[in-house]
Amino acid sequence: MKRIDLAIGIGGAAGQGIATPGDILARIFVRRGLHVNAYNAYQSIIRGGHIFLTLRTSDQPVLSHGDKLDVLLPLNQDTMNRHLRLMRAGSAVLFNSDTIKPGAVAEGVQLCPFSVKALAPTIRGDLVQNTIALAALLRLIKVEFEILEEILTLQFRRKGAAAVAENVSVARAGYDHAAAHFTALPFSLPDPAKPLAFFEGNQALAMGGAAAGVRFYCAYPMSPASGVLHWMARHARQLGIMVRQVEDEIGVINMAIGAAHTGCRAMCATSGGGFALMSEALGAAAMMEIPVVCINVQRAGPATGVPTKTEQGDLWQVLGAGQGDYPRIIVAPTSIVDCFKIVPQLFNLVDKFQCPGIILSDLLLSEGRSSIDPAELDFNVPIDRGELIGLNGDGGSVNGGFKRYLVTQSGISPRALPGTPGYAHVVATDEHDEDGVLISDEFTDPHKRQASHEKRMRKMDGVLPLLPGPELHGAADAQVTLLGWGSTEGVIREAMEQLADTGVVANNLQIRWLVPLHGEAIVSILSRCRKVVVVENNYSGQFARYLRAETGFTAAGHIRKYDGEPFMPHHIVDGVKAILEGATKLYVPVHEIQV
Amino acid sequence: MATMVQPERVKVTVKDLKGKVDPDWCPGCGDFGVLAALKQAIVEVGLAPHEVLTVSGIGCSSNLPGYLNTYGMHTLHGRAVAVATGAQLGNHELKIVVTGGDGDGYGIGGNHFVHAMRRNVDLTYIVMNNQVYGLTTGQLSPTSVKGMQTKSTPFGSVENPINPIPLAIAAGATYVARGFTGQQKHLIELIKGGLEHKGFALIDAFSPCVTYNHDNTNEFFKQRTRKLEEMGHDPTNFQAAMEQGCQWGEIIPIGLFWKREDLPTLDQLEPVLSKGGPLAHRPLGVAPEIAQALIKELM
Repeated sequence: MKRIDLAIGIGGAAGQGIATPGDILARIFVRRGLHVNAYNAYQSIIRGGHIFLTLRTSDQPVLSHGDKLDVLLPLNQDTMNRHLRLMRAGSAVLFNSDTIKPGAVAEGVQLCPFSVKALAPTIRGDLVQNTIALAALLRLIKVEFEILEEILTLQFRRKGAAAVAENVSVARAGYDHAAAHFTALPFSLPDPAKPLAFFEGNQALAMGGAAAGVRFYCAYPMSPASGVLHWMARHARQLGIMVRQVEDEIGVINMAIGAAHTGCRAMCATSGGGFALMSEALGAAAMMEIPVVCINVQRAGPATGVPTKTEQGDLWQVLGAGQGDYPRIIVAPTSIVDCFKIVPQLFNLVDKFQCPGIILSDLLLSEGRSSIDPAELDFNVPIDRGELIGLNGDGGSVNGGFKRYLVTQSGISPRALPGTPGYAHVVATDEHDEDGVLISDEFTDPHKRQASHEKRMRKMDGVLPLLPGPELHGAADAQVTLLGWGSTEGVIREAMEQLADTGVVANNLQIRWLVPLHGEAIVSILSRCRKVVVVENNYSGQFARYLRAETGFTAAGHIRKYDGEPFMPHHIVDGVKAILEGATKLYVPVHEIQV
Repeated sequence: MATMVQPERVKVTVKDLKGKVDPDWCPGCGDFGVLAALKQAIVEVGLAPHEVLTVSGIGCSSNLPGYLNTYGMHTLHGRAVAVATGAQLGNHELKIVVTGGDGDGYGIGGNHFVHAMRRNVDLTYIVMNNQVYGLTTGQLSPTSVKGMQTKSTPFGSVENPINPIPLAIAAGATYVARGFTGQQKHLIELIKGGLEHKGFALIDAFSPCVTYNHDNTNEFFKQRTRKLEEMGHDPTNFQAAMEQGCQWGEIIPIGLFWKREDLPTLDQLEPVLSKGGPLAHRPLGVAPEIAQALIKELM
């Protein structure tokens, strides 16, 4: 059971400095061993608009950003107007009464005004509001002032002793004001425990790449995937990774393929629009049999869509990317830590099977942040490069006659790296025979075409047994089974807990490996379930349709959300109840907060 | 190739460079001349088959890697330069030759072409320029002259063609040359110069299409091409290079327009490659102390 469960909302316009108090709070919590989950709702704007950060902490792993706020910290009137009506009894609202006026408020909500003019009469600048608010907030949740003092000292150290003293004194004024005027919330920091780490999904993907031994990373900036590029660029020299920003996504994937062909582990990341440009080259990687990993961080589409909002709307794009049939492995990580772990696993598979691998993340995972036990970040992962000749220049001996595309039972042919003496060969995106000689132009040869095509596709048979099978989470005889894929695992599991509190027993089957799909195993599990409801963040039920296409399985109900914001647990709870009551087969929640 | 186990260096001959199959180009195609010149240039420069990676896109001329016994990549239409850039950074000890046509390089691949030049990627790019789309049976290409009648411009093209020479000079290529398959020895020298040049080398080679281009024929170029080397041209003179590059009429200059040797290449500029040999040959894995530092950043 959770002894601590505290959610803080900080909102304002872009440029008002929401990230800094958010980061400070997160750091305070994880250093005391508390778990944290953070989700930042933002718009495609550099200054202005409405940014709203939800930061939730608990002594137990935090599965989602939750349903409710305990503290609201509006940095402007707009945030107050949007969020105040959703604050419930027991919560507190901290605001600068010089510029922000509260509106109608529910009973039991504590209004906590402070005046920047009164508390810091001599200091100019907008950010002083944030310092006072943060200090008052920390007092409200009974965090010792010394912790904040230490953080502010570190933060302003570079600006000199005067800046440190000024900020600490302002913070002190805010802290003391809160002590004198506000009622503290029933929260206290636990005793120092093993500190946790705190990271973003995109960082996790990039670090997973580093662990996998990525030597070449390239990208074209695109929200919400740019975080991977930023981490890679910052650490490129430390880790010996070639990081390039390329002219477009077509160039990105082709450059990655070129580097991969020489023997580098190569990776790139983009969002749906960039992924669309990469489609043809993914087929090319499969045809030339070059392993490469591409990450698609989904955002709400189609077209430019809603660039700063989340969706699981690219499943069919990824399934259908590129002309023709070709072997590829597609995986959707189910949590932020999974983003880290999945990358080395996928690299071993694509190296072994010499085909492209696609990671389907989304904004919720990639820009969401989570605490993590640092012991889980194991960089010492198994590395399997597959049947590779010429790594480290070591080619063995060969008397010519190397067949790059030797037809084998497994479909896997030994791969020689350019530069290896004696193994010169041509890889081709045209259909070719075992020697790499084109059979597409002068004399198309149906028998050779069939043999080459089957050789490549046969590799997929070898992949499936290596993928962990689906596992049902929760009670086997549940009333309802929530079937999800990828990023929704956390929120579904939290909804399960809430459903249990209201007497509804639910379990969860979360699908990670999408291609190849453990179709038989999934259906075998689902056929024993009483009522299956598919939960997904898209309009048309893309996974439900995929599962039906692959297995013939039809779910009893669907909960779908496609307004750009991620599910909150109660959306799923309400949907399950409506479906169980027979009110509907398709439940689409309404997102209450205009963010 | 410092990290390679080197077999004894045997003299490579043109015969050693023969690919697994013979070209399927139309009899009389200019591309035969480019293939022959490239083989001869590789031999004269002294490269072994395994030291060369030939990368092409799609089109008649892009079939070239299959006719050459080196490492080869026959990639997608327009993408050869992008793939080659990745390969060059993945293993900067390879000699990478990019081959293709005008549509492949200047049309669909135009974006990669321009950016590879500004980056001065160490590539030798040979464009077999026949001013027409051949493999798709005769449509307008980016270098087709204004007024040219093709299947896609039956009433004559109204568009101006691209001029790759001044484009390449302006974009930052550090070796810009034009050859003609009717001048084999000259073309061999230009390709050799490109192979020996450290940096992005463009060799635009007039390689007439005997089937679909009846305007810009062998005879057309024979009458008009003049060697820059015989015109007293100074390839280090930017102004002169641009002016000669813009000439198109009774005299069409061929030869080396522009060369700069003082600019570092992308691989030389990238600190990650400053030591440790080719990226592709480096061991994988993150040292424990670096892993600890990465995790500490998150605490």
